[in-house]
Amino acid sequence: MIGIFRIALKLLINDRAKFAALIVGITFAIFLIVQLTSIFSGILFKASANVINIGAKIWVMDPSVNNPLNAIPMPDYVLDAVRSMNGVKYAVPLYSSVGLVRLNSGAYQPATVLGLDDATLLGRPNLLEGNIEDIYGENAFIVVNDQEYAKLEKPAVGTTFEINDHRGVIVGIAEVTTSGLFGIPTLYTTYNRALQYLPNTRFTIAHVLVEPKSEADIPAIKDQISKIGYKGMTDLEYQKEIADFYMYKTGAGVNILMMTAIGFLVGLSISGQTFYTFILENLDKFGALKAIGAKNSELVLMILFQTSFASFVGYGMGVGLSALLIFLGRKYVPSYTAELGYWNLGLAFVMVLVIAGVSSLLAVRRVIRVQPFEILRG
Amino acid sequence: MAETAVKATELEKSFGEGNAKTYAIRQISFEAYFGEMLYFVGPSGSGKTTLFSMTSGILKPDSGKVIVEGKDIWGLGANQIADFRLNKVGFVFQDYHLFGKLSTVENVAIPLILKKQDWDRSIKSAMEVLEVVGLANRASLAPGKLSGGEQQRVAIARAIVGRPDLLIFDEPTASLDGSTGKRILEFVKSDLLNDKRCILIITHDSRIFEFADRIIEMEDGKIVNIKSGGEIER
Repeated sequence: MIGIFRIALKLLINDRAKFAALIVGITFAIFLIVQLTSIFSGILFKASANVINIGAKIWVMDPSVNNPLNAIPMPDYVLDAVRSMNGVKYAVPLYSSVGLVRLNSGAYQPATVLGLDDATLLGRPNLLEGNIEDIYGENAFIVVNDQEYAKLEKPAVGTTFEINDHRGVIVGIAEVTTSGLFGIPTLYTTYNRALQYLPNTRFTIAHVLVEPKSEADIPAIKDQISKIGYKGMTDLEYQKEIADFYMYKTGAGVNILMMTAIGFLVGLSISGQTFYTFILENLDKFGALKAIGAKNSELVLMILFQTSFASFVGYGMGVGLSALLIFLGRKYVPSYTAELGYWNLGLAFVMVLVIAGVSSLLAVRRVIRVQPFEILRG
Repeated sequence: MAETAVKATELEKSFGEGNAKTYAIRQISFEAYFGEMLYFVGPSGSGKTTLFSMTSGILKPDSGKVIVEGKDIWGLGANQIADFRLNKVGFVFQDYHLFGKLSTVENVAIPLILKKQDWDRSIKSAMEVLEVVGLANRASLAPGKLSGGEQQRVAIARAIVGRPDLLIFDEPTASLDGSTGKRILEFVKSDLLNDKRCILIITHDSRIFEFADRIIEMEDGKIVNIKSGGEIER
C-alpha cells in the first residue's frame, strides 16, 4: 500500500508548477484564516485585560454588565452581603473608571484608573520599579509599562502629573499580562484615593472581587449572589462573556468571520481548481492505471493522500508564516495584537480538512467515473 | 493443439439507446491459444478495440462469455476483474500512457506496486525487465526524454513485468517508423511469446502481418475472415 502512496506523492510533487500553485493557495488561505482569527483572539484578549491582569477568581457585577468597560456601579451593601456568604474567604471592592491626566508637557491623556482595595491590594500588578507599599503614600499612583505607556510620556518613579485637578505622583512602574483594547494607559491606585480623585456616581463599586474558600464553593457562591439580584462569574466565565459581547454584539465577530470565510474560499477555490486541473490532466493516466488493474479504492486513496499531503504542507507553511508575522508584528508594530491559540489552529485545521475533502471529492468523482475503455478507444 | 488461453463466446456489445443504439460487436466467438500471436485487423469502427476490451476485462459485454482458465471473467465482481487484469493481462496502449512525472523504471514497476510488492523489490524487478528490452541505461530518465521506439519498449516492459499470461497490444506500430515497428515485433515474437503466453495485437499495419500466427479480420462488428499459416501475406 505504501507503494501507491509513493507513486501518488511523486506524481504530485514532480508536477512542480501545480504543486507550487496548490501549496501557495492553501498556505495563503491558512495564513489568512490563522492571521485573522489570531487578531480577533488578540482583540478579545485585550478586551479582557482587566479580568486577566487583576486575576480574581469570582467577579460580582450588575446582571446587565457584559464587559468591564460598562460596569454599573453597585451599592456598598453588595460588598457586605457577599462577604457574609457561605464559602467566601474574602471579598474586596474594585474601582474602575477613566480619568483625564494632564501631563507635564501640558497635554491631556485619558487613562484607565483602577482602585484596589486599600486593605488587601487584591489584584495588584507585578512591579518592575518601586515598592507596592508606596501606593499608600500621598497622591500615589502606579503606572503600567505596556504599549500605551508612552502616551503618558514614559513617566519614571517620582514623576508628577495632574488628574482631575489633583496632584498625582508615580511611585511604581508595573508590568501586566496584557494591555487594554482601547489604547489608553492604565494607572493603579487605592480604592479610596480613586474615589477622592475621580468624579463619582452615587454607587462606586465597579466589581466585587471574591476569593472562595475552595473551588467547590464557587457554584454555591454564584447561586447566593444571584439570589441578591447580582451576577457572579468566574474569571474564565467573565472572559467568555466579554468575548461573546465583542463577537455577537459589536459586529466584530461577524466581520472577522466574513474575512475568515473569504480567506477560506480563496484557498478552497485556488486549491480545488488547481487539484481538479491536475486530475483532469492525468485522467488518462488514472484510466490507464485502472486498465492495468488498479481498483477504484486504491485510486481514491491516492487522491486523498495527494490532497492531504498538499493540505498539510500548506497548513504547516500557513501557520508558520502566520506565527512569523505575529512574532514580527509584536516586536515592531505598536499596538499590534494577535494571539495564536489552539482554537485558531484547530479552526484552520478543520478548514484545511474541508479544503482537502472538497478538492478530493471533485477529483474522486472524475476518477471513479473514468472508464479504461475510453483510454483504449483514445 | 495448444491449450486455450481465451475463449470468447457469442459476445455482443452495443452503445447508445433507442434510435441511437449502435452495435459495435455482433455475436462474435473466437479462441486464442497459448504460444500464439493473434492479430485483430480491420478498418476503424470495425469493433477491434471493443472486442479487445471485453476480452481483457475492461468492458462488460451485453451478452456472451469470456472464459479464461475455465472461469467466465464477467461473472466476477469489480475488484476481482481488476485483479484479473493486474495478474493475468499486460496492456501496451496505443499512446503508451506512461507517467511523465515518474522515471522510466518507476513506470515499469507500476503493476508490481499495484500488486503490493515492496517498492525496492518492484524497482529491482523493473530494472531486470528494462534490461530485457534494452533500456537499462535509460531507467532514471523521464519517459518524455525517450524516443517513440524507446517509449514503446517501456510500455512493453510495463506490460510484461508482472509476467501476464495474456499480452495485449493496441496498434503497437502506430507511432513508429516501419523499421522500428518491425524490430519491436521481432522482439515481441522471439523474446516474449512462449507456450505459457498468448499475445493479442490490434493493428491495421499490414507491414507487421508477417509476425502473426493467425489474423482475425473484422468489419462492422463481425468476424469476416480468419487467416492462418500460408494464408497470411508475408
